[in-house]
Amino acid sequence: MRNRWQGLAMVAPSIVLVIVFVYGLIGQNVATSFERVTQKTFAGNEKVVAQGGVANYADLLADPRYQHALWNLLVLTVVFVGGTMLFGVLWALLLEKGVSGEGFFRSVYLFPMAVSFIASGTVWKWLLSPGIGDHEAIGLNRLFLMVGLPGLQSRWWTDPGPFNMAAMALPAIWQLSGYVMALFLAGFRGISDDQREAARVDGASEWRVYRHVLFPQLSPIALSALIIIGHMSMKTFDLIYSIAGQNNYVADVPATLMWVQLFQQRNAPTAAANATILLLIVAVVVVPYLVYTNRTEGAKGR
Amino acid sequence: MTTVIAAAPPRRRAATPSQLTWRSIRMALLILFAVGVLMPIYVVLVTSFKSPADFSVVDAWNLPARLSFSGWQAAWEALAPALARSLVLGVSAAVISSILGSMNGFVFAKWRFPGANVVFTLFLFGMFIPYQAVMIPLQQLMIGLNDTVPALYGIPTLIIAHVIYGIPICTLIFRNYYATAVPDEILEAARVDGAGMWRIYSSIVLPVSAPAFVVTLIWQFTSAWNDFLFALFLTDRNSGPVTYALQELASAQNPDYSRMMAGVLIASLPTLLVYILLGRYFVSGLMSGSVK
Repeated sequence: MRNRWQGLAMVAPSIVLVIVFVYGLIGQNVATSFERVTQKTFAGNEKVVAQGGVANYADLLADPRYQHALWNLLVLTVVFVGGTMLFGVLWALLLEKGVSGEGFFRSVYLFPMAVSFIASGTVWKWLLSPGIGDHEAIGLNRLFLMVGLPGLQSRWWTDPGPFNMAAMALPAIWQLSGYVMALFLAGFRGISDDQREAARVDGASEWRVYRHVLFPQLSPIALSALIIIGHMSMKTFDLIYSIAGQNNYVADVPATLMWVQLFQQRNAPTAAANATILLLIVAVVVVPYLVYTNRTEGAKGR
Repeated sequence: MTTVIAAAPPRRRAATPSQLTWRSIRMALLILFAVGVLMPIYVVLVTSFKSPADFSVVDAWNLPARLSFSGWQAAWEALAPALARSLVLGVSAAVISSILGSMNGFVFAKWRFPGANVVFTLFLFGMFIPYQAVMIPLQQLMIGLNDTVPALYGIPTLIIAHVIYGIPICTLIFRNYYATAVPDEILEAARVDGAGMWRIYSSIVLPVSAPAFVVTLIWQFTSAWNDFLFALFLTDRNSGPVTYALQELASAQNPDYSRMMAGVLIASLPTLLVYILLGRYFVSGLMSGSVK
């Protein structure tokens, strides 16, 4: 009889690191989010920066700038997730039956994933330059002028409208659509050809084969893709930091606002509360997903 | 899941006219999308070879009138020290977290202890946490650590962070690999012969681990190389990796576009090379992130 506890010894270093640096620090962050902070003003009075306790969360949620950041995050996430799913599924559909040059197209669609958000953000800052008209326009706006479609020019994310963040999703979609394509392509290739043949023999049209045979089997992949892209969207920081700059109200999302709260407003409790809410949003989506995957794996007899 | 996208099965029947039409439409769409995806690369290349004097708003999209390497030279001078630091960071973080991942993966696949499932799920959640939720205390902790051991400041601190937060994904990749690649019977046989856990791991499991190591090494190297958030919180301009230096270069007051775009390419070349040369394994790493 082998000693089953031996395995624990081998994982122990990692368990300690994960407990301290993941769960310990999350706990520490939550503790920070309830702290009270005051500053001395020039007149020598005490100014309250963070009231402490639950009030920190209430104040944060009542802050119009934070509400604006939450709205931006919602717009960004909807367009980002929608866009990557749309292009990812479309590209996978175009490629799944095999075309000449398949390897080339796959590589091209996937390569942006290898590039850092800081590098791609630098390029997209240029492509999404807000200048309009013959003397100012560079990037995409200049391209629209050159091809005779000046009407397509836009101020992009700098436009303070309610949906400005939709433009910020463009680089994110560029970067991650290929990833969704790869997931779906692997899914299509994992379904045996016999199933399609059987449906065709039964007289099903090509559309019905997709609708009733292929797509239902791809729903676990669609779920994984949604979770992964969705949680990446929640964390988006690098891209906005490099395109919009460090402190830019128009392009605020909670992750970038947290940086401002911590380093520019010197308000660690509010920054910590902001981060805790972000974690909660992600956890609400991811935890049920992990439990679900665990269960289905268990059902497979693992 | 470390499957790589399989090639499509060969087509059988001869094509009918309507199928031919579909095929041309499909090809046209594929080319159109490829051009769209490659467009930023074109801009970067073209701009990087223009001299600042030659760059004008009006012909920003045109090929350079004459080739200039001044942007490349300026970008190289600005980024070289940070590039060296990123190389040390990427390689060390990748090697250490892969070794830890291999040990953990072996236990979770083959030498489970009571409660292993719960621990594994707790590990997995670590893969999804927004790093913002640990950033503030991590910075405080690291400042304290750096005060005690000043030599840790900068890249060593970043290595520690990437190793720790890379544990979940590396563990997952190795666990899935060992579950399918190492038959239980071999381990049983070794145990009957009197081999202990460490012996089994080092003489049977480790020697067949190369494919999973390739995947985690690439994955961890790429994510450490591309990271910016940890770099911003834990280092400064004199000790930071290449993403930090590139961001500094790109946010200069008067943008020198040729230097900026050359900098983008220089900072991206290592990960692009990894992708081009080892694309198959790069994709495996990406797929492993999807917890299948």
